[in-house]
Amino acid sequence: MPKLETVKQLEEYRRRLLTHPDAQASQILVCGGPGCIPMGSEEVAAAFRRELKERGPAVKVLLKESGCQGWCSKAVKVMIRPQEITYQQVIPQDVPEIVAETLIQGKILDRLCYRDPADQTAKAHKSEIPFYQGQQPLVLGKMDLIDPTSLDDYLAAGGYRAIQQVLAQMSPEAVIQAVDRSGLRGRGGGGFPTGRKWRFCREASGEVKYLICNADEGEGDSGAFMDRVVMEGNPHAVLEGMVIGGYAIGAHQGFIYVRYEYPLAVKRLSLAIDQARQCGLLGANILGSGFAFEVKISKGAGAFVCGEETALIASMEGKIGEPRNRPPYPAQHGLWGKPTVINNVETLANLPEIINRGADWFAAIGSEKSKGTKVFSLVGAVNHTGLVEVPMGTSLRQIVFDLGGGIRDGGEFKAVQTGGPSGGCIPKEYLDLPVDYDSLQSVGSIMGSGLMIVMDQNSCMVDVAKYFMSFLHDESCGKCTPCREGTKQLLEILTEITQGRGQEEYLVLMEELCATMRSASLCGLGQSAVTPVLSTLKYFREEYEAHIQQKKCPALVCRPLLKYTIDPETCTGCLACVLECPAEAIQGEAGEPHELDQELCVKCGMCHAVCKFEAVKVES
Amino acid sequence: MSEISLTIDGLAVKSQPGLSLLLAARAYGIDIPTLCHHDDLKPEGHCRLCLVEIGPPGHTRLVNSCTYPVEPGLIVQTASEKVLQDRRMVLELLLAQAPAAELIQKMAAEHGVYETRFKKADPQARCILCAQCVRTCREVVGVSAISMAFRTPKKMVATPFNEESEACIGCGSCVFICPTNVIAYTEKDGIRTVWGRNFELQPCNVCGNYIAPKAQLEHWAKITGDPVESFFVCRDCR
Amino acid sequence: MMINQDNFDAIVSRYEGGAGDLIPVLQDIQEEYNYLPKDQMKVVAARMQVPLAQVYSVATFFKMFSLEPKGRHQIRVCLGTACHLRGGQPLVEMVSRRLGVDIGKNTPDLQFSLETVGCLGSCAQAPLLMVDNQYFGRMSVDKVPKILKSYKNQD
Repeated sequence: MPKLETVKQLEEYRRRLLTHPDAQASQILVCGGPGCIPMGSEEVAAAFRRELKERGPAVKVLLKESGCQGWCSKAVKVMIRPQEITYQQVIPQDVPEIVAETLIQGKILDRLCYRDPADQTAKAHKSEIPFYQGQQPLVLGKMDLIDPTSLDDYLAAGGYRAIQQVLAQMSPEAVIQAVDRSGLRGRGGGGFPTGRKWRFCREASGEVKYLICNADEGEGDSGAFMDRVVMEGNPHAVLEGMVIGGYAIGAHQGFIYVRYEYPLAVKRLSLAIDQARQCGLLGANILGSGFAFEVKISKGAGAFVCGEETALIASMEGKIGEPRNRPPYPAQHGLWGKPTVINNVETLANLPEIINRGADWFAAIGSEKSKGTKVFSLVGAVNHTGLVEVPMGTSLRQIVFDLGGGIRDGGEFKAVQTGGPSGGCIPKEYLDLPVDYDSLQSVGSIMGSGLMIVMDQNSCMVDVAKYFMSFLHDESCGKCTPCREGTKQLLEILTEITQGRGQEEYLVLMEELCATMRSASLCGLGQSAVTPVLSTLKYFREEYEAHIQQKKCPALVCRPLLKYTIDPETCTGCLACVLECPAEAIQGEAGEPHELDQELCVKCGMCHAVCKFEAVKVES
Repeated sequence: MSEISLTIDGLAVKSQPGLSLLLAARAYGIDIPTLCHHDDLKPEGHCRLCLVEIGPPGHTRLVNSCTYPVEPGLIVQTASEKVLQDRRMVLELLLAQAPAAELIQKMAAEHGVYETRFKKADPQARCILCAQCVRTCREVVGVSAISMAFRTPKKMVATPFNEESEACIGCGSCVFICPTNVIAYTEKDGIRTVWGRNFELQPCNVCGNYIAPKAQLEHWAKITGDPVESFFVCRDCR
Repeated sequence: MMINQDNFDAIVSRYEGGAGDLIPVLQDIQEEYNYLPKDQMKVVAARMQVPLAQVYSVATFFKMFSLEPKGRHQIRVCLGTACHLRGGQPLVEMVSRRLGVDIGKNTPDLQFSLETVGCLGSCAQAPLLMVDNQYFGRMSVDKVPKILKSYKNQD
């Protein structure tokens, strides 16, 4: 990798990359995202490697393992360029045929294509597929384009063009103004205007300032892997964003605070940092501008609360992750007492494009107070799960039904929880809600990380509230009374309700407790821990009432309220449940219908889980 | 430095910059209840009892007065309806957390809370996790023999690995500072036992009364550089 | 468990020794030995000039640290929301019963340790579990015995 000491040298190098013969070669990009790795993407890539090696130099194709291509329920995905053919659910055995038919002869393999649900025709090209067409990839724009371990790929795709402009042509104040004008708001969940946060820090006194990239993404925020995908699939975009941010606020040291559960992200970021340093895109005197910026990686150690800015700072100082009182705010008094800005990964990854295409271009996307796009992680009871990036203001209906393909298994939409464990559950009445920071808040939820968990009729909303409370109780740091004792007592009450011991007074008691937790907790964790409870109480009160008054769980989830019986007509006598029952409550001989003794039944649900013949019936 | 003017409970108040709302109010005889606050310790905002409502009507929020600094023109209410509601709820939670803590029962009663609707912990529990013991050991005594271990479900004050703490000097400051009498402490036959460790008490060379644990005197000797024997005479006999 | 002293020294010396490096040092030790041995914690405290009480506080606060050795094979069952909604709870109960071990604990022979984790990031394949670095997606309770058996036979 050459040392690039001036903007001119960088531009020349980029030009050479773009005019290199390889730039026009066909490419196979095997998706290496979190949804595809467990489904064998590395084996598919290895199969391509073998096949191409056997074919020799006659077949000129570049093989890359890309970042997440988004449509996780169709793992493993393969993108073929330049035609932009996307194949789905590819297994290693498909590879020889893909190479022989598609790469060499240009023939489409229908069986690996997306099928139009209306007429089942095969749609091979990305431009014909609704899942992709309905999106506006900005942060995810390069995911199916580059090899994340290659700086050359990033440069060829226009990477590091933004810092050329920033360092050579803009003052720090001009950068802040541009970000202000763009309307960019923090993508970690807070939604605080990024430009304003930068300005506070710039104006704070002191020579030493820090920029921290918060990649502690919802420790355990199930399904929230947008940040992970950016770090693993386009790490240089994060670095470029950090250089821009550091320049704007006057920081020369950046940190990336990553969850320890993301070893691949750490690996890719470390490699990117090394590559950037080697080239002179990080370090002293970047591109001859006189601006110096270094980036160091700091790993989280397993605490959701460390996504909170002051708790994050505490852990970087070698202390437990207990949040601190504000004021003073991190922008004035942060890491080691120095002015510090903490920005989320997605926020930073937006910056290069804001500079490249202009603040006004960014501000034209989205809704009135929420500009740009947002990456959402769509999981749960939808047909198509995975990451989608859409303009702010896109409706829930469009996301869940147009992109998500509606509810799977012919189910019915019940609710969508947005934002993460402290997010609210939104019922079907609000499906046409345009999704942005303020509208989500108006219906009692939050933007949070962008997680969207779609629930169908099989979800019990009381169980959902209990599940999140259990998580938040476990993650609460314990410093302040309302959160520490509040999450404990809410969990206690919710557990009682799901076990059939709920009392009428509990609902009002929970509402009172929630009110105090919201106003009195020291940090956002405690303040927003109440959201799942309050939103489910607001929109699904009748379910709570059913649990308390009739001791029923209408969704058939809360096992202590269920009754399991074995249907003698369907039971094949396979003995599976007899062997599994921890209470030895099921009797029966092989080949004879089994019988469940209700007196002995502990309602663990194991028999229902192991029965392959649907002979175990559940009712409430 | 110029003084800062603000309003507390309708009273026009003048304060030094950097002073907390709690201390600013106290200077005017307005008492705000606290549990984790101590004049000799850095305020940390654990208990949330000292909350006050700040801001102009319609745009208020609650902050803990022990750390929030005075601001020019700030409007502060120390006992608004919202503040009292939250205070009562916090006390109700603490009654459940520490059923045997007399101080909590007293403070709760003062706020009209006589029982808790929440599930109670061990009936002998008294610790309210105000962390005064830990903070005292760290900031005042300077040996950090105890700390807060674990997180919410198991959070507790503990010696490292729940064993005898080698850093402990047996001074008993933690026992003295604890508002709810949690820390076990005994003295018998010249031995003081605290946090499960026995400390030999050093008698005065002159009058024979016990001064303090030998370990504590050795600690002072290390800090001052004086020979430890110079501490073996009690204050009265000097 | 025998601690290789040179290994341990190498880890602690890797850092400048300021208090801010406490967590990275503990992380390296946890990764090397699979837990944080008590005696080594005392050495860390002394070398880094951090009170032992603070080391203990940090070691018990963060989930990645374990004060007891973990099993040779670490089973992590995902209980993130997508997995919970697709039967994560019965799955972990099945593993727990089959191994005769509680969540968060090890089998007596230290062959397996069982944990639940928040999210493994592969929600389309819910419910999910991992054994060491191997993912098992689209799990169901009946697949558990076979997977466990394959590891038991391996050792």
